[in-house]
Amino acid sequence: MRYVAPFRDRARIREVAARIAAACTRPWRVMEVCGGQTHAIARHAIDALLPAQLELIHGPGCPVCVTPLAVLGAAFELSLRSEVTLCSFGDMLRVPGPRGDLLAARALGADVRVVLSPLDAVEVARRCPERQVVFFAVGFETTAPATAMAVELARRLALDNFTALCAHVRVPPAMELLLAAPDSEISGFLAAGHVCTVEGVEAYPAIAARHHVPIAITGFEPLDILLGLLDVVTQLEAGAATVTNRYPRAVRAEGNPAARAMVERVFAIVDAPWRGLGVVPRGGLALRDEFVRFDALARHALALTPAPEPAACRAAQVLQGRLCPTRCPEFGRACTPETPLGAPMVSSEGACAAYYRYRAAGLSR
Amino acid sequence: MLERFERAGGLPFARVEFGAIAREVCLAYTPEAAVGDYVIVHVGFAIARLDEEAARRTLALLEEPAP
Amino acid sequence: MSDPIALSCPVPARRYERIVLAHGGGGRLMRALIDELFARAFASPALCVDHDGAIVELQGRVAVTTDAFTVRPLFFPGGDIGTLAVCGTVNDLAMCGARPRHLAAAFVLEEGLPVATLERIVASMAQAAREAGVTIVTGDTKVVERGKGDGVYITTTGLGTVIGPPIGPARIDAGDVILVSGPVGDHGIAVLSVREGLEFTTTLRSDVAPVAAQVAALLERGVDVRCLRDPTRGGLASALCELASGAGRAFVVREDAIPVRDEVADACELLGLDPLYVACEGRFVAVVARADGERALAVLREVGCGGAAIIGAALEAGASRVILESSVGGERVLDMLSGEQLPRIC
Repeated sequence: MRYVAPFRDRARIREVAARIAAACTRPWRVMEVCGGQTHAIARHAIDALLPAQLELIHGPGCPVCVTPLAVLGAAFELSLRSEVTLCSFGDMLRVPGPRGDLLAARALGADVRVVLSPLDAVEVARRCPERQVVFFAVGFETTAPATAMAVELARRLALDNFTALCAHVRVPPAMELLLAAPDSEISGFLAAGHVCTVEGVEAYPAIAARHHVPIAITGFEPLDILLGLLDVVTQLEAGAATVTNRYPRAVRAEGNPAARAMVERVFAIVDAPWRGLGVVPRGGLALRDEFVRFDALARHALALTPAPEPAACRAAQVLQGRLCPTRCPEFGRACTPETPLGAPMVSSEGACAAYYRYRAAGLSR
Repeated sequence: MLERFERAGGLPFARVEFGAIAREVCLAYTPEAAVGDYVIVHVGFAIARLDEEAARRTLALLEEPAP
Repeated sequence: MSDPIALSCPVPARRYERIVLAHGGGGRLMRALIDELFARAFASPALCVDHDGAIVELQGRVAVTTDAFTVRPLFFPGGDIGTLAVCGTVNDLAMCGARPRHLAAAFVLEEGLPVATLERIVASMAQAAREAGVTIVTGDTKVVERGKGDGVYITTTGLGTVIGPPIGPARIDAGDVILVSGPVGDHGIAVLSVREGLEFTTTLRSDVAPVAAQVAALLERGVDVRCLRDPTRGGLASALCELASGAGRAFVVREDAIPVRDEVADACELLGLDPLYVACEGRFVAVVARADGERALAVLREVGCGGAAIIGAALEAGASRVILESSVGGERVLDMLSGEQLPRIC
């Protein structure tokens, strides 16, 4: 693929890593909030290329990890209803809910199917009018337009057997919340590139100014991540706090207006709970009244029941960037990818899973 | 992007090549995309056209000596 | 007075288009199926369908292995469940350092399976057996009610004669060279391509094939083979982890050196999968003594493994893990697969 290989080129990566090392004279803590970036950093072992004073912390960038436990419980319950076909992205299937994960539900007889797009779920509804299809709609602003279009399509096709279990969340309000914490030690941010492809850069200058943090909009190939870091470090060293676009091949200042318009038509911005962060003001999306017949909880008369978090799991602190997974007492002991205590260890983009995979980097040979 | 066509509900679609494989992608949010363009795809939707000039500029940045 | 058993499955016509319960009932219909379908396809002097078992002669140490096959869909680009059922067991015997000789095949058929489908599968098995130089000498057939089986399940048990000294992970030593016989991940992606509706601009086929001849070549030409393993479910990474664990030491492999076809890499990129964990069915990992590394590679390339490559080496005894040197220069630990790989959204 033409525009991927050059952004994984070893020589260029080493060049930028060297420039970061040269520029960095003080300790800085830079947070990324994109599951794709967490994954890329783990897979390409980018952490190992950075100078010791530059700490790259992982924020709540994994949509799987921030989906509230109560919502996971609702997905589980709905899937067990004999008339329901639950369609979900693959990464949600192994997150343990209050009664187990969706694979366990499948073993109990639930009809759970993996889809790669919300439109696939609409297609299932169209082809199987006797099934009640529930699409498990999780994701950030990058994914919300797809769900919005799926709901709109269901409306156009007059489907009465398609609903969405909505748990979409919005990233900038969560960044604000983290920065506003009195003991926040975040020096700068890498903003999620694909979220910005849709949303544009509008939300960030205010955040940068209010909290005096540089923000670089960053892609998720290794070179993109390093270029974003170089920019943030350069700004930090100079005392600057502006918003820059280091992913111009995919992000335009205005984002994708058509996608945003559809989201605005179908969804309203609401205060929403993020697992690990608590309620984030204006941090989520909910279906507007005129689309409520496509809301799974409303259609199936199910209320969200608050569920207690597993006592030993410190995912909240990890998601807030306050605890490095390797310092969690359960890491690698009670909590492993086979026996996860929480979402960040089971999601392929979760920080705990990422550290688990490359925990032995730098071991002596 | 290889070819455009329409599907149920009047939504525009395209067959998009990802290296050596191809898949169908919804063009509702990038209606101006033309055959031969590169697009960014997320969960079955093209969410942006790739700006090739911008990509070249980003790579060219590294040819210059560090400031 | 009607016999309740006869009522539930009467036997009127001789030829059915679909498998019915009586095909597993032990009566004439089953006999007809065995003679007309199985025996005809697997014809060989050793094949014995008239008794409960077959008698064969084997010299020296005998390797034995068994495997059950449950792939869905039954047919995929490059093969089908029948090809898998033969090659899987043939290859396991080869991994023991043995020359595969005879197979036994047990079928669990679902009521309603088209007989034509079964004929295709059995023909594939016969073909694969011929290619691998094995005979199918005995078998069994059962039929389960509709809805209680995925069309067909096949279990094959294989016998082979061991060539050369014993091999196994415990023989692996520091400095030993690790090779793979060809590009990884073809099979898993070929199967997924049919399930997920991926199209390929070039045709990607499963790599399912017998590897016995290639293994025999290595052993017979005196390459000092320490150990062999075929990466099936769990892919190359899981196979390496198992070997490292059995060897009680760490391995280091270079990401750049591992052969992966473009189609497989691109499909994995799209689905959010890691090719190192995607199944193969016609590849193997060979760990050979350091001095024989280049020679092993040359032998493999001569016997049809054009894509074979040296991918790494074994280290001193100690904590067992597989270290991957990433293509951008960092290092990470390659773990066993936990659960199934699932497609990601981000």
